[in-house]
Amino acid sequence: MSVTANETGSIERQIPDRLKSPAQRFLASWELLLLGVAVAVFTLNSFASPYFLDAWNLSDATYNFTEKAMIAFAMALLIISGEIDLSVASIIALASTAMGFAVQMGADTSVLILVGVGVGLLCGAFNGVLVTGLGLPSIVVTIGTMSLFRGISYIVLGDKAYTGYPSSFAFFGQGYVWWAVSFEFVLFVLFAIFFAIVLHRTSFGRLVYAIGNNPVGALFSGIQVARVKFVLFLLTGAMSGVAAICLTSRLGATRPSIAFGWELEVVTMVVLGGVSILGGAGSIPGVVIAAFVMGMVTFGFGLLNVPGIVMSIFIGLLLIAVIALPRIARQVLARRRG
Amino acid sequence: MKLFKSLLTATAVAAVCLAGPAQAEDKRIALVVKALGIGFFEAAAKGAEEAAKELGDVEIIYTGPTDTTAEGQIEVINALIAQKVDAIAISANDQDALVPALKKAMDRGITVISWDSGVAPEGRQLHLNPSSNELIGNMIIKLAADHLPDGGDVAVLSASATATNQNIWIEEMNKVKDNYPGINVVATVYGDDLADKSYREAQGLMQTYPDLKAIIAPTSVGIVAAAQAVSDAEKAGQINVTGLGLPSEMAGHIDSGASKSFAIWNPIDLGYSATMLAYNLATDKAEAKPGGEIPMGRMGSLTLNDKNEGAMADPFTYDSSNINDFKDIF
Repeated sequence: MSVTANETGSIERQIPDRLKSPAQRFLASWELLLLGVAVAVFTLNSFASPYFLDAWNLSDATYNFTEKAMIAFAMALLIISGEIDLSVASIIALASTAMGFAVQMGADTSVLILVGVGVGLLCGAFNGVLVTGLGLPSIVVTIGTMSLFRGISYIVLGDKAYTGYPSSFAFFGQGYVWWAVSFEFVLFVLFAIFFAIVLHRTSFGRLVYAIGNNPVGALFSGIQVARVKFVLFLLTGAMSGVAAICLTSRLGATRPSIAFGWELEVVTMVVLGGVSILGGAGSIPGVVIAAFVMGMVTFGFGLLNVPGIVMSIFIGLLLIAVIALPRIARQVLARRRG
Repeated sequence: MKLFKSLLTATAVAAVCLAGPAQAEDKRIALVVKALGIGFFEAAAKGAEEAAKELGDVEIIYTGPTDTTAEGQIEVINALIAQKVDAIAISANDQDALVPALKKAMDRGITVISWDSGVAPEGRQLHLNPSSNELIGNMIIKLAADHLPDGGDVAVLSASATATNQNIWIEEMNKVKDNYPGINVVATVYGDDLADKSYREAQGLMQTYPDLKAIIAPTSVGIVAAAQAVSDAEKAGQINVTGLGLPSEMAGHIDSGASKSFAIWNPIDLGYSATMLAYNLATDKAEAKPGGEIPMGRMGSLTLNDKNEGAMADPFTYDSSNINDFKDIF
């Protein structure tokens, strides 16, 4: 993917005279820009609605993004490696349907967790085999499995719904760990830390960046590109399974239309978080802030009873603005340097 | 234009909120719909405003998600709980998945009723059916049979396979179809309440069943798309599109003959009644219990059955004789 980028000349490779200090890098970083947006959104919301600054309300608001963000972390790694998975929302539907089926068979909560994550892993493995084993483009494969996985749910359920989940299962999507801190939010924080460590502090994370920047180069450097990508598909599938557990528990019911359209929101979150859609660049802190920005905007507009379509327009404009601004700034700077 | 209007509304709403809760004593009743931008629900909102005007101390919050999803409605409900509204009157996208969110609303002292498309009993205090399901199920097949004295093949074009109300009506229709000898229901397809998908499904029906005499679409999106598909195939007069639709959207198809007649209750009345019911419950003027009667202004009163459900009125048939009187209303 970086090869095309070089051909179009959109990414410049320069060897600087002196490396910038971490502080300097942070000041010019995407994360700081996003953090500014997040603070601005938070402040505006606090002024716009008297109901915004309330612990329970903010706690309710986190449900707008926690499940999507959990998938977004794994998706970030996948996109950095130069692949994508558009079937994540359909994996939720299939995993949720499988859990609903297990309930009908008399499964208890612990079995349901295994089923949810297990189906997620299987779906991820299926995507991974098609992409890395047969060498098919991931965007095509996962558009296919997007229809396939949800299609199976529709065949199993049709116009019916699975309900009757055990009451202990409700904790995952409706429970609170302490005061207004929901279990889902704690899970979101734990996964954020886990994925940040994997991407930024392990050799596996370095491999992900290396593959995304130059898959051919990575291959010739002895990196097992296919194996790393397969693991990333597995991770994305597993996280979709975890999101399915949380969402199913929160809704208390499974229908085949569950989580419809979430794949685009997850990808939006990842791209807004500064992950290059061409692969090779991005960070988990960026995705975390992007999740907060999207959740906060949705909730703030909801408090003002702004129609949903206006929210979508705003998120769209925000995405374009945040992506365009650094590029425009770079061009202006380059022109000034002559 | 619609977009511009939405943006204007958004700005206006933001301005009002910035100005602070000036009318703090007003009862705030939220009318939550399946999705914004659907003619039927816009008409219901008009009825709600009419009720608010009549009651005087009521502020209507008309809201809903962009897509017809349960997840979208839950986000809306959470925002309404946060605003501490007095009542939520909702047309549900999913009768089960909204229950935890609506239970939470009731726990925090908010009156919750469902209307049009219902919520499971534990998630609301009462449900207002626009009409009785039996009457609607009978009506949609009767509309088709009235114009087919010699019988023939008919097909159903529904909304999504998970839509609560459409499924009940089709079920009721199937119960009484033996009363219409010669009418043969050959297929049920789903257009997901999307214009383009419904159009393609209608085209598919015409290709699969060359002898098709009528398409029954118990959804305001599906009926328009099916009538358009029939017109485009130049089969107006041969295939009668009927079901439930909005007069404003169907007027052209009544004129062209693609649809001979269709039925709908009055959504203005529905929004009006839902608001009246929510108001009477929120102000403790009435109690939702089996057998109870709750007044709803000019629409009389709602009698609740053992599941706390009640029917507003009979559906009303529109054809070339009366369409012009109604097409400008909703």
